[in-house]
Amino acid sequence: MNVKTMKKQHFINKLFALVVLAGVVTSCGSSENSKGALGSDVASQAYVTPGEHDDFYAFMSGGFSGQISVYGLPSGRLFRVIPVFSQDPEKGYGYNEETKPMLETSFGFVPWDDAHHPELSQTNGVPDGRWIFINGNNTPRIARIDLKTFETAEIIEIPNSGGNHSSPFTTENSEYIVAGTRFSVPFPQKDVAIDTYKENFKGTLSFISVAEDGDMDVAFQVLLPGYDYDLAHAGKGKSHGWMFFTSYNTEEEHTLLEVNASQRDKDYIAAINWKKAEEYMAQGKFKEMPASYVDNHYDESKQMAFSETRNTVKVLIPSECPGLVYFLPTPKSPHGVDVDPTGEFIVGNGKLSSDMSIHSFDKMIKAIEGEKFETTIDGIPVLQYEEVLSGIVAQPGLGPLHTEFDGKGNAYTSFFISSEIVKWNLETKEVLDRVPAYYSIGHLMIPGGDSKKPWGKYVVALNKITKDRFLPTGPELTQSAQLYDISGEKMKLILDFPTIGEPHYAQGIAAELIAPNSLKYYKLEDNNHPQAIKSPNDSRIERDGNIVRVYMGAIRSHFTVDNLEGIKVGDKVYFHITNLEQDWDVPHGFSVMGANNAELLIMPGQTETLLWEPQREGVYPFYCTDFCSALHQEMQGYARVSDKGATTELKWSLDE
Amino acid sequence: MKTPLKFLAFGLITLAVASCSTPTNKTEEAGAVVDATPKGQASVVDDESAKNILQVAASSPDHTTLVAAVTAAQIEHVLVNAGPLTVFAPNNAAFEKLPAGTVENLLKPENKAQLATILTRHAAPGSYDVEALKKMVAKGRTLYMATGDYLEVTVDGDDVLINGCKIIGTINTSNGIINVVDQVILPK
Repeated sequence: MNVKTMKKQHFINKLFALVVLAGVVTSCGSSENSKGALGSDVASQAYVTPGEHDDFYAFMSGGFSGQISVYGLPSGRLFRVIPVFSQDPEKGYGYNEETKPMLETSFGFVPWDDAHHPELSQTNGVPDGRWIFINGNNTPRIARIDLKTFETAEIIEIPNSGGNHSSPFTTENSEYIVAGTRFSVPFPQKDVAIDTYKENFKGTLSFISVAEDGDMDVAFQVLLPGYDYDLAHAGKGKSHGWMFFTSYNTEEEHTLLEVNASQRDKDYIAAINWKKAEEYMAQGKFKEMPASYVDNHYDESKQMAFSETRNTVKVLIPSECPGLVYFLPTPKSPHGVDVDPTGEFIVGNGKLSSDMSIHSFDKMIKAIEGEKFETTIDGIPVLQYEEVLSGIVAQPGLGPLHTEFDGKGNAYTSFFISSEIVKWNLETKEVLDRVPAYYSIGHLMIPGGDSKKPWGKYVVALNKITKDRFLPTGPELTQSAQLYDISGEKMKLILDFPTIGEPHYAQGIAAELIAPNSLKYYKLEDNNHPQAIKSPNDSRIERDGNIVRVYMGAIRSHFTVDNLEGIKVGDKVYFHITNLEQDWDVPHGFSVMGANNAELLIMPGQTETLLWEPQREGVYPFYCTDFCSALHQEMQGYARVSDKGATTELKWSLDE
Repeated sequence: MKTPLKFLAFGLITLAVASCSTPTNKTEEAGAVVDATPKGQASVVDDESAKNILQVAASSPDHTTLVAAVTAAQIEHVLVNAGPLTVFAPNNAAFEKLPAGTVENLLKPENKAQLATILTRHAAPGSYDVEALKKMVAKGRTLYMATGDYLEVTVDGDDVLINGCKIIGTINTSNGIINVVDQVILPK
């Protein structure tokens, strides 16, 4: 054990002693807690009677699964996995012809990503239930999911980014969502020696506009020094108009960041005045730079996705735009930056710091007006630490990562190393309560907890490590979330539940803001898919060279033609299947033997297309894969495949 | 034909009153009252989807007797199930052709099972509109009913008959087809 780790161990021991002591003190004061959270009867608080609904939706990032999963709170019941950045054979997403374009990028088809931060759209600083956004970290992208259909509606690629981590945090009315690059990269991308980092590498912070109908666009980028940009949150109320980004590696190192990026005492929170940016944009003070990125939309009327490539991006350079960016020194690699519901407190969670630094928005404005700058970097004034600091939370725990708020003047911070949630008072900076998390909590989530009006009833711990919490399943264990009741003075653990992928971050919202708008089925009359059929009588097969199009309907409990002949080896057969049902919860599936992709899962009123390239002559069955009805097992058909040179006539039939 | 509904309502009220006055001794009746409105698929609230067989029947002034009988037999959940189901639905006039007192007798709680069997004989798994039924006749098929019986389908000019009962209208629903018939289908 070297000196450094011994010190750390000593600190942990001290902390442990403190936690134990705190536990003893609280247990003396309260008989309810005397058995500990696990021993008391808390199951009823998370119990939702069969047939009853949860109070909240929780949208959890699937982390490296690339998807979003939807849970109910307080029950922790899983409702749906929404495919976003990863192909999903269960739903045919990224396999069927309609959704393949959603995964297009400037690098071609990228069927996976690392999804980190779901973010609900907001109106007046409160989640409104219209959309949820999520970032793709690896090949920088942002997705928008429509919460009427729970389907991915748009994915836009972020240019000049090396990893979209500090994203997609929203402004008060979702005027913008943001995308700060975690890894700085050469700007513009070029072939340079890595050790020219300080000279060639830059960081971009992108502001993505969101139109009334949800359409996203890269409005502008702000070019910053080559740091690592980690997380962000928008100002609210009085600080509306500002966006705050954390940074680390202000040392601008490019190797072994574990050591090299912790050399400086303080890194920076970058405060961007985006209202000012809008003025500069209107004045034409941007540089139009070449870029290559792709914007993919799912057109709900045509029921298919389209990709568009964009070739330029507008960039603002801080040295040419005074008042656009300020740096707030913040100790030791701040990770999360969280703004309280009043918009006054900017909590920098210095993950390697033993104290937490809380900045004051009012003081920041005063310091800017009084030009209390300690230096200037690339034209960006660095404000004096003491001039912006509201106060510190002294020795609250080890490894602070993220903070959410209950709307009652309290903050809840997650501590990775000491594996706990600490509740503290925003005004007094006094620690009020602490509970362990099992184990190594990352983000935490209070429904609405990063908005102006949190529903401060529960906090969910999103844990990185599970170990012995559930039955083991080999080396790979489920990841987990934990639900705590925070309605009282003391936090109370009421439920553990497993999650899909890494539950990196999550958002919660009152169920009544989403449930009543949930679509039940697609109206056939509004289905403008070019290959849709509206009636079984329109079923047919058409051939154009080796392209064969099968226009087919699905209705309980048959395909509207089920005997197909005249297909040949070497054909590209497109099955365009329309689900002719107009009824809630009656999807039909479709699969054909030997297809080199996945199934179709077609919602009522929807048309989807499966490409089949038969390789061998024979007669191949196809069938409905989603148990649709009492005669589901009878919902089948045959496709005859003839040799390349055969003269088999194109023929289709039902009950002939 | 309002009598059966009134009768049914009266019956339920009687049971309810009875169970209230002597709760300890009337658990069976109390149970029956609860069972009369079980929470199942028929209670799903959905004003947006195309109407299912039960919803279509319930909205028809010509099928009040059938709906009352379905309720009394407690088979309403079957008619909202995913199906697909074809219901040969006798209209009120068809029920009136039965000997006097038959319907009233069948609606009595003690005859619930018999009523359920009679009604279920009017339902066939699968979707059969008139065209499909004509095709069956042409192909020499018989119609398999939910009770396990096979019924005879015949064509007389433009008319299609099931065990001699004439189809006088067809309605497509979200979970199957209603063919309105002019008589109650009884075993031959």
